[in-house]
Amino acid sequence: MSVFESIFKFYLDGFRSMTVGRKLWALIIIKLIIIFAVLKLFFFPDFIKSRCDTESECADHVRNELLDSNRNY
Amino acid sequence: MSMVDWSRGQFALTAIVHWLFVPLTIGLSLIVGIMETIYYRTRQEKWKKLTKFWMTLFGINFACGVATGIILEFEFGTNWSNYSWFVGDIFGAPLAIEGILAFFMESTFIAVMFFGWKKVSPAFHLASTWLTALGVVLSALWILVANAWMQYPAGMEFDPSQMRNVMVSFTDVALSPVAVNKFFHTVLSGWVLGATFVIGVSCWFLLRKTNIEAAKMSIKIASWVGLAGIVLTMWTGDGSAVEVARCQPMKLAAMEALYNGEKGQSLVAFGILDPQKSLEDDSDGMLMSIDIPCGLSILANHDANSFVPGINDIMAGISVNADGDTVNTVSYADRILLGKQSHEALRQFSEAEKAGDTATMELARLKLKETFPYFGYGYFDEPSQAIPPVALTFYSFRVMVMGGGWLLLLFVVMLFVAYRREKAFEWKWLAWAGLISIPIVWIVSESGWVVAEMGRQPWVIQDLMPTRAAVSAVSSGSVQTTFWIFTVIFTVLLVTEISIMVHEIAKASKNDILK
Repeated sequence: MSVFESIFKFYLDGFRSMTVGRKLWALIIIKLIIIFAVLKLFFFPDFIKSRCDTESECADHVRNELLDSNRNY
Repeated sequence: MSMVDWSRGQFALTAIVHWLFVPLTIGLSLIVGIMETIYYRTRQEKWKKLTKFWMTLFGINFACGVATGIILEFEFGTNWSNYSWFVGDIFGAPLAIEGILAFFMESTFIAVMFFGWKKVSPAFHLASTWLTALGVVLSALWILVANAWMQYPAGMEFDPSQMRNVMVSFTDVALSPVAVNKFFHTVLSGWVLGATFVIGVSCWFLLRKTNIEAAKMSIKIASWVGLAGIVLTMWTGDGSAVEVARCQPMKLAAMEALYNGEKGQSLVAFGILDPQKSLEDDSDGMLMSIDIPCGLSILANHDANSFVPGINDIMAGISVNADGDTVNTVSYADRILLGKQSHEALRQFSEAEKAGDTATMELARLKLKETFPYFGYGYFDEPSQAIPPVALTFYSFRVMVMGGGWLLLLFVVMLFVAYRREKAFEWKWLAWAGLISIPIVWIVSESGWVVAEMGRQPWVIQDLMPTRAAVSAVSSGSVQTTFWIFTVIFTVLLVTEISIMVHEIAKASKNDILK
């Protein structure tokens, strides 16, 4: 049996023999789906990258933000 | 509430929830490692069973806590985009190292920990357990390095063209005195939390009169870990106090609600603040207090007769240097002027760069370099705007210290009972004391973070960027929406963790863990 087969079997047997682990993996998967497929996708865009295309434009954007004395916080 | 407040509230909520899981992972991984080492050396099956029980609880906590920190990184990109851009790779590099090295290290060896009992040799399994514990600590290291840089920005230069701070010395960032102290103080506090959790659960077994031997074995190990942890946490806390006195004197003044400092400054052991206190009146701001004479001078400078500046002194520019001498530095009013000059220099640099005027660019760059240490003060109109929330910092510090005192007592008593009065494990009040220490230790741990993070307000990067300048121009409504979404998600997550954990502990109480 190759090293890769051994590692695969190690994990497969491990997952099969889990008890409370099944519940925990379900929890992790649900959590990751919520975090990446819902929160990141719909609520947490990269704010600066969505407003500029180049590094120079991004720097200008931040400079304007940081030096805007009329900015309403 | 303003958008800044909602963004701060959301970040605080996420960080507090994330920190519920992290210290338990740090502490339990160490205790599990010690238990498995005893099993490896003695080959007594009962130690293997005990290791497996605590390892299961470690796994539940790890599964519930994993990825909660990722949400903080989302918030940096969306709500705190000015900050994220401004810090550049200084913040990104430690976080990337954390993600690549430590997380994958943890994940790999955790699989061996849980799946490998019958698949790998005992020595390899033990090594995996310890490497998991090491990975957990390494994860914490890089996050704490990033946090320490915000409190004590070092090893960087500001590039006005990129509008970013550029790292010029990785060692200055990673090994700054604040980073080193913060790392040890935080990780050691994780030992204390993990130890208290083990003692608390064991005490529950004692109350239920089940798994008595397992409980006693666990209490012995956990009490040693807890005692070592709390003594070393106090020692590193002393180091933190000295660092704070040097690098963030305003934070120390807020921790003590000290407005006008003096030589041989006393430390407030217990106090109630006067909510009516304002900067203008001459009162000490206390309704009542119990003081330790010269305590704060000793804490801050290791010299009972040394001067410790208060809030008014610091605003007036009076400080204490590294040799403990009182010196006059730049007053807050002057810092505000210098900060505004720094903003103007940046503005001139930008305009000259666009016009291709290299001579003006160079002049502006020099002016900016000279005034940049005060860049953040340019956002203020009044010195009083640079004062942290005193009451919250003051009370949180006392909760942390008093709770720490309780935990020290708990570990000493538990060790005494374990080695000299084993019969006392039958005393209900003792078991209850252990059990109620579980919520206490979490309150203590979170209070420590409140002191660290609220005490440094209004800065997100000390002296360079106030929190209000760090936020993105997102709408308050969108931050509110995600705040409430997080509240629901985190509540569900916590209820899930607690119910799975309680279920596992209850299941264990019906059987003999050691059989």
